[in-house]
Order: sequence, then structure tokens, then C-alpha cells
Amino acid sequence: MKKKKQESTELLIATHKELNFWQKVFKYRVLLLMCLPAMLFFLVFSYIPMPGVYIAFTDFNYAKGIFGSNFVGFDNFTFLFTSGKIAMLTRNSLLYNLAFILLGNTLQIFVAILLNEILGKRFKKITQTFMFLPYFISAVLVALLLYNLLNYDYGFVNSIIKMFNGNPIKVYSNKNVWPFIIVLVTLWQQTGYGSIIYFAAIMGIDTEMIEAAKVDGVNAFQKIRFIILPNLKPTIVILLLFAMGSIIKGNFGLFYNIIGSSNSALFPTTDIIETFVFRSMMNNFNFKQASAVGLYQSIFGFSLVMTCNWIVKKIDADYALF
Amino acid sequence: MKKSVHKNKIKLDRSDMIVRGFAYTFISIFSLLCVFPFILMISTSFSTEKLITKTGFALIPKGFTTFAYDILLKDPKQLVGAYVVTIAMTVAGTFLGLFIISMTGYALQRKDFPFRNQISFYIYFTTLFSGGLVPFYLLVTKYLGLKDNYLAVFLPLLMSPWLIILMKNFIKSIPFEITESGKIDGAGDITIFVKLILPMLKPALATIGLFIALGYWNEWYNSMLFLSPKVEYRPLQYQLYKIINYVNSLKNSVAGANVPVTSLPLETLKMATAVVATGPIILLYPFVQKYFIAGITVGAVKG
Repeated sequence: MKKKKQESTELLIATHKELNFWQKVFKYRVLLLMCLPAMLFFLVFSYIPMPGVYIAFTDFNYAKGIFGSNFVGFDNFTFLFTSGKIAMLTRNSLLYNLAFILLGNTLQIFVAILLNEILGKRFKKITQTFMFLPYFISAVLVALLLYNLLNYDYGFVNSIIKMFNGNPIKVYSNKNVWPFIIVLVTLWQQTGYGSIIYFAAIMGIDTEMIEAAKVDGVNAFQKIRFIILPNLKPTIVILLLFAMGSIIKGNFGLFYNIIGSSNSALFPTTDIIETFVFRSMMNNFNFKQASAVGLYQSIFGFSLVMTCNWIVKKIDADYALF
Repeated sequence: MKKSVHKNKIKLDRSDMIVRGFAYTFISIFSLLCVFPFILMISTSFSTEKLITKTGFALIPKGFTTFAYDILLKDPKQLVGAYVVTIAMTVAGTFLGLFIISMTGYALQRKDFPFRNQISFYIYFTTLFSGGLVPFYLLVTKYLGLKDNYLAVFLPLLMSPWLIILMKNFIKSIPFEITESGKIDGAGDITIFVKLILPMLKPALATIGLFIALGYWNEWYNSMLFLSPKVEYRPLQYQLYKIINYVNSLKNSVAGANVPVTSLPLETLKMATAVVATGPIILLYPFVQKYFIAGITVGAVKG
């Protein structure tokens, strides 16, 4: 069966060799046509804006347009680097993502392993639905829910504190607590969804292996340590590498809605590249600065993915992205 | 299956009991923490503003009232408008997006299609490098002239490289023989795709459809970028965003003037709006859950 399939595929592919480019285009015009809407989409929304990174090197003037503005070289970058702005934004973006990735995946694996121990189907389904809920809501709502918990006047946390005659805490003016809060919020929102993939990987482990281990007297802790975790390793490696590629990118919606665009007391610990770019553009109309930071992020991200992929290829070519 | 459960029961030793007990406890607590803020939101929306401002938010409505909803529905024009805009975009975007994504995914996984690698890379490359926010903003406002146009919100959410790759991986799991048998019967590519492949894609369509629908339902970002106050009806989540900001700024201005704001149901109104804006998409989930979990699992396999 399999051999037959291979043969016929090879036969189909073999015919390519005799055709030139235009003949191929003609022969596969229907399949090409099927790809056309998506190709147009990415042409307009991804490729056409790309030359726009030129703005980062100009003294941009909205009326003059992108290529009518004066070329200024690296002027827009000089300020960003000398003022330490870029260093601060990069540090925040990297540290937040590192925390999200490491703590997030650990908790997801933990939840997946525990879910696997639960026998009641109904219980599993209901708790999974509950854990999924936070994933389905907008960043606007996440920020609102958080505000309900933490706001000074009547937030849930402060109303509990007041009940015990304690002093309410001013969370929204203390920049040091926000890294912890934002990490917790992300864990709250992503864990249920993220655990599915790990859960599926556990389900894929050969049950006979586990049964056999049990006969040999392996206890539940040993089962997790020596059977489940080693079997999850490939999934963990792949997901971590995927995540590393976008470690410089941030979740704009979450940060922007939670922190807002004017609470500058919190910016030293909560400003990430995306929020800075947005404010530069929309609040200060500083297109050239926003564009310079954006380009820096794109190049940084691109090199990261390339490096990650190169390392993966060295270790195991099967896991490489391309 | 039954046999193995039986076997487990015999072998249940102390470590199993500990792990299982811990699993039930932890999962229960964690899943309750996940829904807790929602309960707080719903309870607040049914509370009286006076008691909220006096003693703070609580899990059980304080002085049960539907006052906030009454105010919200008293002049429902804006809310109904927001609903219409959001539902229209979600439905149209999900169907159009699914159609384009599945069509592309099918073509790109066809082993005999000579351009599949080039086109796949063309799509994938957009995740590696992007022009950034500024050129995108200028493109839409200055060069496409879509400021204050719903299309500026609608179009960018239609598809993403990630969804196309996910769909491609799904379709890959369908045997190539199906396409071949169609070919032998003399069917064209479009007929094969519509009549033979699409019906087999239910879990994939449900999963990816849900992702697209969520993108549209939760949309506020493009609206914030491209819709000025001139646009009367905003997508729901952006409407919620606007109400939250409006209430906050109102409070700040009143706080300075030393006027009691308790007469206005501000906090409860925010929550009522949030409940109304979020309810439908959450209610949709249980219907697609079965497909969704299966869907993510299959599609996430790299290929």
C-alpha cells in the first residue's frame, strides 16, 4: 500500500522535470489560483510595508511621505542608544519573556501531568473548560478583571485587607510589584491552553510501557520522573525553541491595557518595545523614533530565530524550522 | 480498557493515592482560580454601586439589582450597533478566512505541486521579519486610505501564517490517495478540494475557525489604531475599552472637584458592559471544545 503510494507520487513529480517554468505555471494554474488570495494578502500587509523601515533613517514628515522625507542616517538611533532607552526596553522584553517561557512551560507540564492522573471524565472536562476560559477573553477584559482585584478604593484584595482592619495597598503606583503581577496574569491566562499540547504528548505515551513498569513495582513518583518526563522531552525542546525565537516580541495588548499609556511611574519596569513604539507614534507622533525602535526589534528578532535554528540544526536537524 | 482499570485498582499503592489526591486538589484549586475573576465581574455587575464603593467588590452580589443593565439597555443604540458590527465581522471573517486558509493549506501540502516550497517560504518569511508598526500604520491610513473604514479592522485579521501552517499540517494527515482517486475519476483540483477534502476537515475547521472568530470578537487593537471617534459604532471590545477609559477619566475629574460619584453606577456599569461584551464567545466554547482539543493536538505536530 505504502509503496504503491510512493510510486504514484514519484510518477506525478517525475513529470515536472520535463516542463519549463511557464508550462508548470499553466499545468498547476488551479492550485496557484488557490494560493493567490493568501499571497496577495501577505504582499499587501507584510511585504509592501517592509521598505517602510527606511523611515527609521529619515527626518520623517507625514505630509512629505516616506520617500519624500530627508535622509538623516543613524541619527534616530543615536539618541535611543545613548539615552539607555533601548537597553531598558530590551531588558524588560527579554526578562518578561524569559519568565513567561520558563515558568509558563513548567506550570503547563505540571498541570498536564496532574490532569493525566485524574480518572473522572466529567471532572476533567469541567476543570479543563474552567482553565480555558481566561484564554478566550480580550486583553481589555483581562485588564479590567485585574483592576477589580487590585484597585485601591474597592478592589477585592483591598476589601479583604480592610475587613481585617489592615491598611489597603496602592498597587497601581508601585512599580516593583508589577513584574510579578504581569507574570502571574500571563500564567493565569495561558496555562490551561498551553497544557493541552503537553497533555496530548502524555496521552501518546505507550500505555504498555507504563503497565509494565507498574508490574515491576514502579511507584507513581517514579513513573512521572522516569517515564513521563523523559517522554515529554522532545515536545519541551521544540516548544522552548519556538518560544526563544520570539523572545524579543511582546504581548502589546496585555501590557498596554494593564498599565495604560499615562501611568509613567510604572514604565521603568513595565515598558516593553511594543508599548514604547505605540506611544511614540500615537501620542507623540514621533514616527521616526517609533520606526527606529521597530526596526531594531525586527533585526534583533530575525537574528535570534536564525541563531536558534542554527543551533537546533547542529543538535538535531529534524527539529529545525528550515 | 475495563481490564486495565481493574488492574490499576489492584496495584493502587500509597504513592498512587498521594499523587492522585494531590492532582485532584491542585487542579480543583487552579481551575477555581481561573474562573474566580469572572464570578467577581458578574457579581459586581448585579450589585448596587453604593455598597461597592463602601465595602469593595465581593463574590456575592451586594444588594442584588439589575440597575446597571437597565441603564445599559435604556439607550441601547450604541450597544446594538457594536453587536451588529462585531457579529458581522466575526461571521464574515471566519468564513472568508477559513475558505482562504484551507484552500491555501490544501494546495501547499499537495506533493505534486511544484511551487509549494517557494510559496510556503513566502508566507513563512513574514513571521521572521516585519516592517513594524509604523509602516503598517502608514500603509493603511495614508496609502490604502482606510482610516475610519471597517475594512482596516476587518482585513488584517483574516489570516496569519501560523493558521495556514496549522491547516497545512492537518490536511497532510489526510491520505494522498483521496486526491489521487479524485484525479482518476477526472475531477479538477477545486472539485477534489470542495467535495472530498473539505468534509474531512471538520476538527481543523472548528479549531482554526474558533481562532479566527476569537480574533474578531476580541478585536480592539486595529480599532484603536484606525477608527477615530467619528465612527459611531465600534466593535464590542473597543467599545468596552472606551467605556472603561471614560469612567476612569470621569472619576479623576470628579475626584478633584469633590463631588460624590456614588449617584452614577460607574463600576457596575463597566462590569455589566464587560459581561454583555464577553458572554457570547464564552458560551460558544463548550460547543466546539470536543473538536478544539483534538484540533490543537493534531495541528501542533510540526511538518
